[in-house]
Amino acid sequence: MTPHMLTRSLDRGATIFLAIVAACGILIPLSNLLLPAGSFLQVPTYLVALWGKYVCYAILALSIDLIWGYCGILSLGHGAFFALGGYAMGMYLMRQIGTRGVYGNPILPDFMVFLNYSKLPWYWHGFDMFWFAALMVLFVPGLLAFCFGWLAFRSRVTGVYLSIITQAMTYALLLAFFRNDFGFGGNNGLTDFKDILGFNVQAEGTRAALFALSCLALILSFLICRSVVSSKLGKVLIAIRDAESRSRFLGYRVESYKLFVFTLSACMAGVAGALYVPQVGIINPSEFAPGNSIEAVIWVAVGGRGTLVGAALGAVVVNYAKTFFTSGMLAPYWLFMLGALFILVTLLLPKGIVGTFNAWWDQAKEKRAAATSASAAAEDGVTEPKMAE
Amino acid sequence: MNVMDTRATSAMLYLDGVHVSFDGFHAINNLSLALEPGEMRAIIGPNGAGKTTMMDIITGKTKPDEGTVLFDGVTDLTRLDETRIAELGIGRKFQKPTVFESQTVQDNLLLALNVDHSVKGTLFWRGSRAESERIDKVLETIRLTDARNRLAGSLSHGQKQWLEIGMLLAQDPKLLLVDEPVAGMTDVETHLTAELLKEINKTHTVMVVEHDMTFVRELGVKVTCLHEGTVLAEGTIDQVSSNERVIEVYLGR
Repeated sequence: MTPHMLTRSLDRGATIFLAIVAACGILIPLSNLLLPAGSFLQVPTYLVALWGKYVCYAILALSIDLIWGYCGILSLGHGAFFALGGYAMGMYLMRQIGTRGVYGNPILPDFMVFLNYSKLPWYWHGFDMFWFAALMVLFVPGLLAFCFGWLAFRSRVTGVYLSIITQAMTYALLLAFFRNDFGFGGNNGLTDFKDILGFNVQAEGTRAALFALSCLALILSFLICRSVVSSKLGKVLIAIRDAESRSRFLGYRVESYKLFVFTLSACMAGVAGALYVPQVGIINPSEFAPGNSIEAVIWVAVGGRGTLVGAALGAVVVNYAKTFFTSGMLAPYWLFMLGALFILVTLLLPKGIVGTFNAWWDQAKEKRAAATSASAAAEDGVTEPKMAE
Repeated sequence: MNVMDTRATSAMLYLDGVHVSFDGFHAINNLSLALEPGEMRAIIGPNGAGKTTMMDIITGKTKPDEGTVLFDGVTDLTRLDETRIAELGIGRKFQKPTVFESQTVQDNLLLALNVDHSVKGTLFWRGSRAESERIDKVLETIRLTDARNRLAGSLSHGQKQWLEIGMLLAQDPKLLLVDEPVAGMTDVETHLTAELLKEINKTHTVMVVEHDMTFVRELGVKVTCLHEGTVLAEGTIDQVSSNERVIEVYLGR
């Protein structure tokens, strides 16, 4: 990323968005830590964790918008990359427990002792080091996306067929991670975390720091996405989205472009998952559930696909609504509300919240421009008859 | 060794004994055709004669069952995919105008320019003066300078056809395949398009598929009439249009 790419990528909406995220990332942790508990402006710790979760979802939504909104790849299995990133972080956190586990084994996590593992499976080696786990957070989802995309895009699997096989991919992973002998804790997943980089994951300070880090990751992801979509590559992506075979006849290798953006998006989803796990304190196979991936697509549709800001906004708005409605008497009806929301947005706001706002804003601007030129013309009109008199 | 020694033919485009069938239907049947460098050729023929299928074969969209397709005397096009063939220098304008509707006229041309088309090249692309000058020139040629910042989707049908021809110019291929460029155009636009193609032909080899006989006559080039996937007649417009078989299957009495 060059400075030139950065400056080109920032328009007014993007700047406002970044300012809001940065302000939240600084003010919320400060208010949580510095103000006395219970005071009016103090953000309670449970809210910091909850909003931290929303911010991770916003990163996931951005990654989906990058491929769906700009390149027309509708992945209904992006939750898989999110969960894989989460598992990589979870494995690090498990190795940090050490002798503090129920069985007190310094090497093996509790579930392995329970399942009579004699030694650590080979793929758990290295996860006691943070840098290795952090690398895997990017590498594992990226590698899966690369292999999957290489096969799918080269065979020109597109549209609904691609959506179905991404869905099958996440479902297959769900089944695999459910198995006890797969080595990732079966249906209980990984939990009971103690430390991250030596800090207690439950401590207020750690939670505040994780929240601030999530905001920073959201800002970075947004900047990367903006740089990509505002480069010439972004124009090629849109060209592929709108007329794939035309782009081929112009000499663009469509599968390479799709593979690049799909892999990048999977890495971003992995980072989102890795930040999510220490904040919610657990990762289990249900994160691979196809429903999760579909829900993430709904966030993007509600916020406005192909707008980036809309994707992040949609993730926060829909999840806030989910928290609000599933904690009251309306809880049993949440899924119906989510379904209705998707149908209503598709019918009434096909461009989503931000897309509709942008269209309205552009129209208003055009009208204003037309009005100024019309009034200028009218003034001319007024002066002319006077001259005639 | 001389380059000419390795060339199988002096033709820019050379098709020999090409067959294609879809589920038993012979779309192309023993088709043989040669285009000399710098030539402009008009292809006519009734619906289903195989004109578009022939373009699909040349551009790599359809693979022939048998036969030879040589580009520039050396390259076997039947082994390559669309992207590779486009990179070699064969441009195509579709029957139905296909422009990138949600992008501006200017960006459509930018996308068509024959510069680095790799992922890395486009990600770190920075506009150059030479590129914008080329775009300005194309915009002038296709008379869309005033519309450069408009979305391609908001153009009229004729303007879209022109934009697509402009995209071909920006691509600057050695061989241009133009499928029905004047479909849906007014008489004036048709005339201007003929002028434009003649101008383009000064520096490029062109193959035009068209139904509009007035337009073909105005081009004043060698004409090939296809029928049931094979060449029915070839020659000047007068020779072809006086051919008994052509009159029978295509022009009508």
